[in-house]
Amino acid sequence: MFIKQLTVFIENRAGRLEQVTQILKDNNINIVSVSLADTSDYGLLRLILSDPDKAVTVLKEAGLSAMTTNVIAVKLTQHVGKLGELLAILSGAGVNVEYMYGLTSGDENASIVLKTSDQNKALDAITASTFELLTTEETYSMND
Amino acid sequence: MIWNEARECMSRDEMNNLQSARLRKAVNRVYHNVEPYRKKMQEAGLEPGDINGIEDIEKLPFTTKDDLRDNYPFGLFAVPLSEIVRIHASSGTTGKATVVGYTRKDIDVWAECVARCCAMAGLGRNDIIQVAYGYGLFTGGLGGHYGAEHLGATVVPMSTGNTQKLIDMMIDFGATGLMCTPSYLMHIAEVIEERGLKDKIKLKATLNGAEPWTENMRKQIEERLGIEAHDIYGLSEIMGPGVATDCHFHRGLHIFEDHFYPEIVDPKTLKPVPDGETGELVITTLTKEGIPMIRYRTKDLTSITHEKCECGRTTARISRFKGRSDDMLIIRGVNVFPSQVEAALLTVDGITPNYQIIVDRVNHQDTLAILVEVEERFFSDEIKELENLQKKIEHAVHQAIGLHAKIKLVEPKTIERSMGKAVRVIDKRKLD
Ligand SMILES: [Zn+2]
Repeated sequence: MFIKQLTVFIENRAGRLEQVTQILKDNNINIVSVSLADTSDYGLLRLILSDPDKAVTVLKEAGLSAMTTNVIAVKLTQHVGKLGELLAILSGAGVNVEYMYGLTSGDENASIVLKTSDQNKALDAITASTFELLTTEETYSMND
Repeated sequence: MIWNEARECMSRDEMNNLQSARLRKAVNRVYHNVEPYRKKMQEAGLEPGDINGIEDIEKLPFTTKDDLRDNYPFGLFAVPLSEIVRIHASSGTTGKATVVGYTRKDIDVWAECVARCCAMAGLGRNDIIQVAYGYGLFTGGLGGHYGAEHLGATVVPMSTGNTQKLIDMMIDFGATGLMCTPSYLMHIAEVIEERGLKDKIKLKATLNGAEPWTENMRKQIEERLGIEAHDIYGLSEIMGPGVATDCHFHRGLHIFEDHFYPEIVDPKTLKPVPDGETGELVITTLTKEGIPMIRYRTKDLTSITHEKCECGRTTARISRFKGRSDDMLIIRGVNVFPSQVEAALLTVDGITPNYQIIVDRVNHQDTLAILVEVEERFFSDEIKELENLQKKIEHAVHQAIGLHAKIKLVEPKTIERSMGKAVRVIDKRKLD
């Protein structure tokens, strides 16, 4: 299954990131994971949140460009080469990784968030493998 | 030196008679050869016989850039194409460019006018003149070139782009004259200073136009290079550079009234304003054969004086330009209307985004940036997609106006609004 990631467009100027986190905090939305992809002028803040739908509404109300995207969260056990194995499965299925970032969790297992060129194909390939997916409930309540 | 004393130093009465005779001919020519002009005159209840002298010019309808666009490409030509020996065109979106045509005689008149400008700048047959305007559809390069050749000078057709080579040749050839845009001249001056070559150049005078600049900039460049800089005015609809230029006394630009009849009108009421008062410059071409212009509204704001100049010339002088009566921007010598940028943005995804054009001058070179608010329909969770969007916009804008713009994506609702309306253009260039 997919989980929802929130993406926010922010210009590279002082205080923008802080404003986003403040709005989330004011609305009681917990940040599970943050990743920032940036260019010299702007960045895309990608967030895994306890309530992504509510976050879209409140951020848009605050005048920001925000959207949700379906991403895949996969559990990675702490073994050498696990990530390589996962990537091999994806390339075997003919999908490219557009971006990925780690999802920190309290327990000893790490997870990874993936966006690929074909999310359905990727999901099928991972489901058919020994890798385990993170459910929405698990993800949203991480680090609660 | 006065290139054509007979024409440039005529008494006001003689000039009046010449202009009257030439206007009658011009009106006859357009009435009989150019349908859109004939229609306009008929609608105004006019026949060529109603125009007896230059004082009757106010009866004639105005012509605007829209008339040129509506009759694209050759609809306003007054002669068959077999008589046209050259075409020039101003920048614009396809089908919206303004196209002008010249007969052989038009080219000769143009060369004569530019030669007068060069002479006014103290240049003559013993000078070596580098022409560093762009050669091509733009009138600057070829216009300057033919004029300098007609003057009898040794012409070096540099065009634009290679500043190092321009300076090397300026030194090696001992060039004494230079024609280019004011901002390019500033850039050239900077490179000369950087390379410590000021003592090696023999440059005496420059003719600079196609771009707004100020008296301060002119004086500054004169000091930096130890030269005399002149403002040369022109527009392709009328001819190109060489419609007017300033003499050694720099008290306004002498307009060659025997070919171009100037009027200054209030841009709102379109009624003439007295000498010395600012209004829009309206020009009637008195001798042009290819594409005559009757009362063409230049949209350039200036004032006029008919007083005799200390240099001995009696031709009317227009003041340094004070701006535009429309929203046209001149960026790196290229005419840009915000509506062209808007139309280009529209082609990117069919809906006009919120945008803002920012023009600035950095190191004496114009810069163009376009801010585009990232709205939901453009938005993506991938940088690659946003970069593609920027490239698409950049390409569309380049296609439309011929200039490269830096496209900056900004957050929604961040573009400045004034009374609820987005501010579309910010021109940061300080010209005064
Ligand atoms: Zn003078």
